[in-house]
Parts: sequence; C-alpha cells; structure tokens
Amino acid sequence: MNVSTLTIAETRRMLLAKEVSATELATEALAFAQTENPKTNAYLHFSPERAMEAARAVDAKIAAGVEPGALAGVPVAVKDVIVTKGLRTTCASRLLENFVPPYDATAVERLEAAGGVIVGKTNCDEFAMGSSNENSAYGPVRNPVALDRVPGGSSGGSAAVVAQGTAVISLGSDTGGSIRQPASFCGVVGITPTYGRVSRYGLVAFASSLDHIGPFARNVEDAATLLEVMAGRDENDATSAFAPVASYGEAMQQPVKGMKVGLPREYFAGLASETGDLIAAAVERLKALGCEIVDITLPHTDYAIGTYYIICTAEASSNLARYDGARYTSRSPNSTTLDDMYRNTRGEGFGAECKRRIMLGTYVLSAGYYDAYYRKAQKVRKLITQDFLNAFAQVDAIVAPVSPFPAFKLGEKMSDPLEMYLSDIYTITGSLAGIPCMSVPAGNTSDGLPVGMQILTKHFDEAGMLRLARAFERG
Amino acid sequence: MKLTEEQVRYVANLANLALSEVEVSHFSTELSQILEHVDKLNELDTENVEPMAQVLFDVEDTATMRADVPGPTLPNEVALANAPLSGASHFKVPLVIEK
Repeated sequence: MNVSTLTIAETRRMLLAKEVSATELATEALAFAQTENPKTNAYLHFSPERAMEAARAVDAKIAAGVEPGALAGVPVAVKDVIVTKGLRTTCASRLLENFVPPYDATAVERLEAAGGVIVGKTNCDEFAMGSSNENSAYGPVRNPVALDRVPGGSSGGSAAVVAQGTAVISLGSDTGGSIRQPASFCGVVGITPTYGRVSRYGLVAFASSLDHIGPFARNVEDAATLLEVMAGRDENDATSAFAPVASYGEAMQQPVKGMKVGLPREYFAGLASETGDLIAAAVERLKALGCEIVDITLPHTDYAIGTYYIICTAEASSNLARYDGARYTSRSPNSTTLDDMYRNTRGEGFGAECKRRIMLGTYVLSAGYYDAYYRKAQKVRKLITQDFLNAFAQVDAIVAPVSPFPAFKLGEKMSDPLEMYLSDIYTITGSLAGIPCMSVPAGNTSDGLPVGMQILTKHFDEAGMLRLARAFERG
Repeated sequence: MKLTEEQVRYVANLANLALSEVEVSHFSTELSQILEHVDKLNELDTENVEPMAQVLFDVEDTATMRADVPGPTLPNEVALANAPLSGASHFKVPLVIEK
C-alpha cells in the first residue's frame, strides 16, 4: 500500500476487502506523514491519539457489518484555523500557541462522523492572512513540487500535504483565494463552495462575510466527496444555507457537451505568459469536450482588489479585537495596566501582516471614513456580484486563471505587500460574489510548476462546477 | 490618500496595538500605497447602488432567526480553561480601579 497515492475509493475498497484495517492504515499514514513533514513544514502538529480512536471506530463498524461512512478510514489533515476539541489550534499565530478549543467545528464533526481520520493540523498564514504561507509564526511551508518555492496561501499546508501525499484529503479555508491559489501552486484540486454552503461554525473568524471552509484532494471526485460530507445547513451558523445539497457523484456522471463556458475578457488581457498559454490550451480541451466557448465581460473586475482589501480588513479588525490578553492563552508579561495588557499583548503577539490588516481595517472603519471606504466598498461589491449574475444569464460556467503566475520563490514577494495583494485578482472576485469556485490542475510550465484552471458557477451550482471539472480532468 | 505617522499612531491607539517607531514608519508608507490603490473605487458612481450587506440576500431565503430557546453552553471552568489568568469563576486582568 502506498499512502501517498491513495484515494477515498481505494481506501474504501481495501478496508471492505479486509486487505488492511483502518488502524493499520492510520498507523502507516501517521508514520509516513511524520517522516516526510520536515521537507515541507506543512503540518504544525499531529494528532495520533485522535486518529487511532477514529480508526478503531471504523474497524468496529466494518467488523459489525455496519456502513462505515463515506470517508471511512481516510487520513485527513485540517487547517489550523479550524477548531478541534482538545487538539491545539494555533491559527499559525504566537498568540494562540497553547490554545486548546473546547469544541469541534461543524465541518470537523461531520467529516469524523463520516469515518474520516484526522492525522494532524496544517500550517498556514497567520489567521489565514497571506498568499504565500510565509506569514506563519512557525515558519513557511515549502512547496512539495519545488522545495525552494512557496505553496501559496493562506492554506499552504493543506495544499502541500495533499500534493506531498502525507494526507489523502484536507480542509482549508478561503477568504480571497486561500484554497484555490495554493491548490493551483501545488497541482491539486481545491474548492471554495458557495458562501454558506459549508458551516463556518468553528472556523476562527477572519472576515466573516467572505470566509469559507473547503476541501483539497488529488482528484475532483475525492474533493466532491469531502464537500458533500461537510455541506448543508447548520443551526450553529446563522449564515449557513438552507438550500438542499445535490449528489455531486451523480452530477459528475452527466455529460458537458453543449455546456456554455464563458471566458471573461478582463481576466485574459495581459496574461501573456506560460500561465496564459496553459489556460488557453485548457480552453481548447473544453471545446474538444463539446463545450461552447462564449466571450463575456465582468466590467468591474478592476475594482475588486480595492473592494476586497477594505471589506476583509474592516471585518478582520473587528474579529481580531477578541485577542486582548484576557481570554485566549497569551498575555504580555510586560503590562501593569489593563490598557497596556491589550496593547502589548497584541503588539507582541501579532505578526506584520495581521497588524497591517488590523490597521487598515481600523482606519477604514474609523469616524469620518466609514462611508468613504466601507460603505463604498459594499456598494462596489454589489456591482461585482451583479457582473457575475449577468454573466450567468448567458453561460453555465466561467473559466479563468487562478493566479497570474505559478509558485514563486520563498522570499521573492515579501517586501511589497501591495504587489502581493494585487496577485489575488482572479480569485477575489468570486469570493466577493459568494459563488462557488475551484482550481483544477491544467498542466505544468516548462519548469515543471503546476498551473490551475479556475471554474466558477452561479450560487449553489457546485454540481455544475464539479461536472465540468471532472470532465476536464478525465480529458 | 497619504497616511501620516501621526495618523498611524492614532489608528494604532484605536486598534489597541502597540507599535514600534519602525513599524509606525513602515505602516505610514505601506498603508498610504494601499489606500492610493483603494481610491480607485471613487471612479465609480454608486449613488443608486444598494450596499451588499448580506452575501446571499438576492439568491436564497436567509430567514435565519431561530427560536429563542437556550441551548447547551460551556461549563464555567471549560470557558475559562484558555485564560492566561483566572480565578473565582472569572477572567482576571490587571487592577482597573483602586479600592
């Protein structure tokens, strides 16, 4: 058995055929992950006890002839911004170094109820803020495909473990591209579902109107299976959606011939690069599958970055106010007054990117600036969303690049925060609209660096998105 | 929009964030650059556009009021377990008011 190439279906087949037990598989998967992890620093910590307990439960079900669940025995990694009861959850921040959550996120509860075996928590940018995973307080993650390069961010660890083979599937979170961009950089599948499709209960809040939990996997089918397990209304998240969850497995059997696929011209202007060539070749493959390619326009694309960095920083500045030195494990020892406790705990505890965003968010919400920035951004967000709704009146899906370039070298872009922000242009628009989007591998550059193609569909049409992705993957 | 160092200190104070002088200087430059980019939004006339205050407002029934029934809550000692300092069922902080 080779853990690094396992799929959900193969795990299930082996378990039901009694070729291996879930406990044997968990033992082997953990050992492999622990041995391989120093190469990439993708895991922050492992959870052997929890994994063995979950595996034993799966073995007991199989022995009793009971259905063991859609993820039975599958080794799963969870981004360390998603809380796990009794298992440290650091958000890759010094501030939460010793934080042990008293409850499980709904997504975690559901994946364990389906037989998933959590082997560890993955590295990421601090509080999920970043595009390269270089903002982790516990050191950057290296891209398993090219160790001198970043895995993307913020869910860099979750993308890397799947690419490296140290987990079969993983959970990430996406606020402006934090699943799709690392999926693209590491050559794996990553899905940002419709806003509200997967409960955010237990996802440590960064920007609440933009935060999503979503899956990573080495193929479309596995990502779809994990999404289906997690999706659906949850009483504990008031913004989680009531819309029924489709059977994605069934949807992926449907043909794509005649599907109308839009290419937004704003996304392709100025994409004269190997990335552009690979996406153009991918579009040719879609044509060969019988898709009808339609030229479309998303006229407010140019305003997305500005809109995003107002809304996400404003929400972040509010959400991160809770790390005040009183409640969450860390307190500056250099404080004798309450005010000093707040200021010093936060000043010493947050990394540079978190501080930058807290500052920007506080500024745009401060007296006299709210209308000029936050309210303005919410209005432009409406226009950006309307662009998509107009487009989906003409087409079934939109195809675009994920990132203007493949994985860059560690340290290459750290000195210019604005440039780093601007590189999120293709993923931020879908996040603002709240529509489902995903990255599916579309080939490698001449240097062997993976490039992902992004597929976007209308709200709650994960089924259509996955159908196209699966057909594209099959070729 | 240029953010002066004085404004940076003012915002840091609002955010309860202790910054070093080096950080103040960096943020003055970096935040000014970002705000300059953000000013691009002013090219758009949004007078008659409704702000998007709810993500799914136009696409799904988001009637998310729940019944006002108390559910299970964390026991006091569990809620306090992550506190840097606690005692007598409370979070403890530095002295605020002298006796």
